[in-house]
Amino acid sequence: MSALELESVRKSFGRLEVLRGIDLGVAEHEVVCLIGASGSGKSTLLRCVNLIEPVDSGRIVVEGAEITRRGVDVNTIRRRIGIVFQAFNLFPHMSVLHNVTLAPRAVLGRSRREAEAGARELLARFGLADKGDDYPDRLSGGQQQRVAIVRALAMEPQLMLLDEVTSALDPELVAEVLEVIRELAAGGMTMLIATHEMGFAREIADRVCFLDEGVILEQGPPAQIFTRPREPRTQQFLARIVAAGRM
Amino acid sequence: MASEGDRRADLEVARRSRILGGDARAVGVSLASTIFFFALLAFAITHAPGWPEVRQTFFDWHEFKSSFPEIARAFLLNVKIFSIAECFIVTLALLIAVLRSLPGPVFFPLRALAIAYADFFRGVPTILVIAILGFGAPALQLKHVPTSTTFWGIVALVLIYTAYVSEVYRAGIESVHPSQEAAARSLGLSRGQALRYVVLPQAVRRVVPPLLNDFIGLQKDTALVGILGAIEAFNQSQIDTDATFNYTPYLAAAALFVAITIPLARFTDALILRDRRRRQAGRVA
Amino acid sequence: MRTAAVLLLALALGPAALAANCPTVHSGQLTVGTDNPAYPPWFGGSPGNGSFWKVADPTSGKGYESAVAYAVAAQLGYPRSKVAWTYVPFNRSFAPGPKKFDFDINQISYSPARAKVVTFSSSYYDVNQAIVVLDGTKIASVHTLAGLRPFKLGVQIGTTSYSYIVNHIRPSHSPAVYQTNAAVIQALKNKQIDGLVVDLPTAFYVTSAQVPHSKVLGQFPSLPGGEHFGMVFAKGDPLASCVDGALAKLKANGTLARIHEQWLAKATGAPTLK
Repeated sequence: MSALELESVRKSFGRLEVLRGIDLGVAEHEVVCLIGASGSGKSTLLRCVNLIEPVDSGRIVVEGAEITRRGVDVNTIRRRIGIVFQAFNLFPHMSVLHNVTLAPRAVLGRSRREAEAGARELLARFGLADKGDDYPDRLSGGQQQRVAIVRALAMEPQLMLLDEVTSALDPELVAEVLEVIRELAAGGMTMLIATHEMGFAREIADRVCFLDEGVILEQGPPAQIFTRPREPRTQQFLARIVAAGRM
Repeated sequence: MASEGDRRADLEVARRSRILGGDARAVGVSLASTIFFFALLAFAITHAPGWPEVRQTFFDWHEFKSSFPEIARAFLLNVKIFSIAECFIVTLALLIAVLRSLPGPVFFPLRALAIAYADFFRGVPTILVIAILGFGAPALQLKHVPTSTTFWGIVALVLIYTAYVSEVYRAGIESVHPSQEAAARSLGLSRGQALRYVVLPQAVRRVVPPLLNDFIGLQKDTALVGILGAIEAFNQSQIDTDATFNYTPYLAAAALFVAITIPLARFTDALILRDRRRRQAGRVA
Repeated sequence: MRTAAVLLLALALGPAALAANCPTVHSGQLTVGTDNPAYPPWFGGSPGNGSFWKVADPTSGKGYESAVAYAVAAQLGYPRSKVAWTYVPFNRSFAPGPKKFDFDINQISYSPARAKVVTFSSSYYDVNQAIVVLDGTKIASVHTLAGLRPFKLGVQIGTTSYSYIVNHIRPSHSPAVYQTNAAVIQALKNKQIDGLVVDLPTAFYVTSAQVPHSKVLGQFPSLPGGEHFGMVFAKGDPLASCVDGALAKLKANGTLARIHEQWLAKATGAPTLK
């Protein structure tokens, strides 16, 4: 059973059609990277998987259960899928620890002790052990983003969606976040990652998908996509990336 | 090792303190001109032809001393009224603000009701609502309906101020970036949980200054309950004034009202300062 | 000898001479102030449609205070056409600064404290306070002053009824004080107060015209020195002594008694509560 299946997913905002028939499958423990220009639909795709945006047509199946069916309990689905955004979106009025334990306590019904123990363990694992009682405003961007990832992990999701999670960071802070993602992948987490970090995608992805104008134009192992892309538009895109010195 | 956040904060503080008056000479000039202006004003007033009469009528120390104790005692009723009213206002207004934010056509009647309620009670002058409720409701002579003027004064003030405060809350709720709610929902929190744990705590903190404004307004408007006959501070000061034809008791009542708002205002300033720092994180790129 | 000559001169020139020493705010006219609405029995007549005055009409000459005002005016040499009425809410009557009226007549009681701020004329009516209650209520069977103590009493602001309650009745609940006559009446009807304390003539008006099924429970014994209504003048206004002279004349020649008989005769017959 694959972790995630998208079949002919379409999504429009008003008259603008952003996703024009996405077909994608992600196997368990697989790491799939989405690359493409801004506006190609990467973020929208991820937000559809998490049901933040409702799809206009098509099916999305998570762990064998169709989540685009009518009457599905959205909150239950979201417990199984973790998503981390470009803009961290930590809750500023809560400490780091509280940010991480809020959902396990409120949604999973964990006790405070249990949730905090789990949270501290996760924070320690990703180098944030002494930040538990700090408020987000005292953290650097890289630290905040790592907390955001920990916050999503605390719910023990089966699938992690990462939406350009390093794009808002100063360059010197990107590495610490990539390290976290690397570790998650090594631990077998199924991940769908939208990213501009081509070098990282090349290193970590099992498969790379190039999104162009709302469809997956080309997909394949990173070695193939980055060195021998078949489609002209893929080639153009990669050429621009190289010219910008980002690969 | 200072974190990036610390460094950012220090830079901000340094920038701000330069603007706010590191310049001693500028401060001296403004202080001097302020003093000069007020001295001029004081001179103009005390040399006005009617000044001796006004001073005796409004600033009679003997009158102030003799009327102050009973006005202060009457002021306890004002305190009682706004303390009770404020508890209800703060909670009911939040309820109404949440009702107004419920999405979807199924909730339209509730939203419409909330809008109509807020429009009506913000539109009618406070003193009219107090008079109509305070005299009208007991006149219905319904069983089990209290006739106490304090009761109806509180009810009227709650109705009016809930309308204002609900609008303030609503502005606060709408000022919380939707990405906060999105983040909460994506963790699996229900709409209600997201509201309760993430949106409302932030919304309420943001609107502390206008909330305080409305609370001060409420404290002052308790004086209007006097028209229902209850002897609160303003009514008592009027009684004293009318008995002696001297207006100084009005000043005594005014002094009491001002005295309670000052600590509240300073406390709120402290709250805002503490919260401004927290707000710098969680902003959306 | 000289005094006699002056007196003769004054008598000869009549009221006109008086007027010369009795300055008014608007020369050639006597401006009298009172509050709105104007209530019986102090004022009578019906204000016409669109009239500024409500309930009663001060310009009618009817009602005790209206009649007294016109009688005093006549003594000072002002015929009815030269008397103008102006609206003075109670708490403007003693506001500092120049007044826009010559005197204010509005059931205002004299008190030494008040007399420091304004000048009062001599008494044009000696007042007794009375209490109005609703028929069939518990308070309606009270016969003594002490019996009133457990009840909630109400007054209109600015009247000396309040200090009467607080100093002489001393009830266990503090009294309720209302801004207007209408408000205190409504409170009585609403049973928010058990009894309304007000001057005796007003008490009779309340029971006869304003509150159905009410009665004047009784009047209170006069205080030593008594309480009286006086007209209010700006402090030190020389017109006050002119008006005092006029009042003295009206008392002496029986005019005041006649006016009393005409407008306040019904306001008698209430038992005195002790």
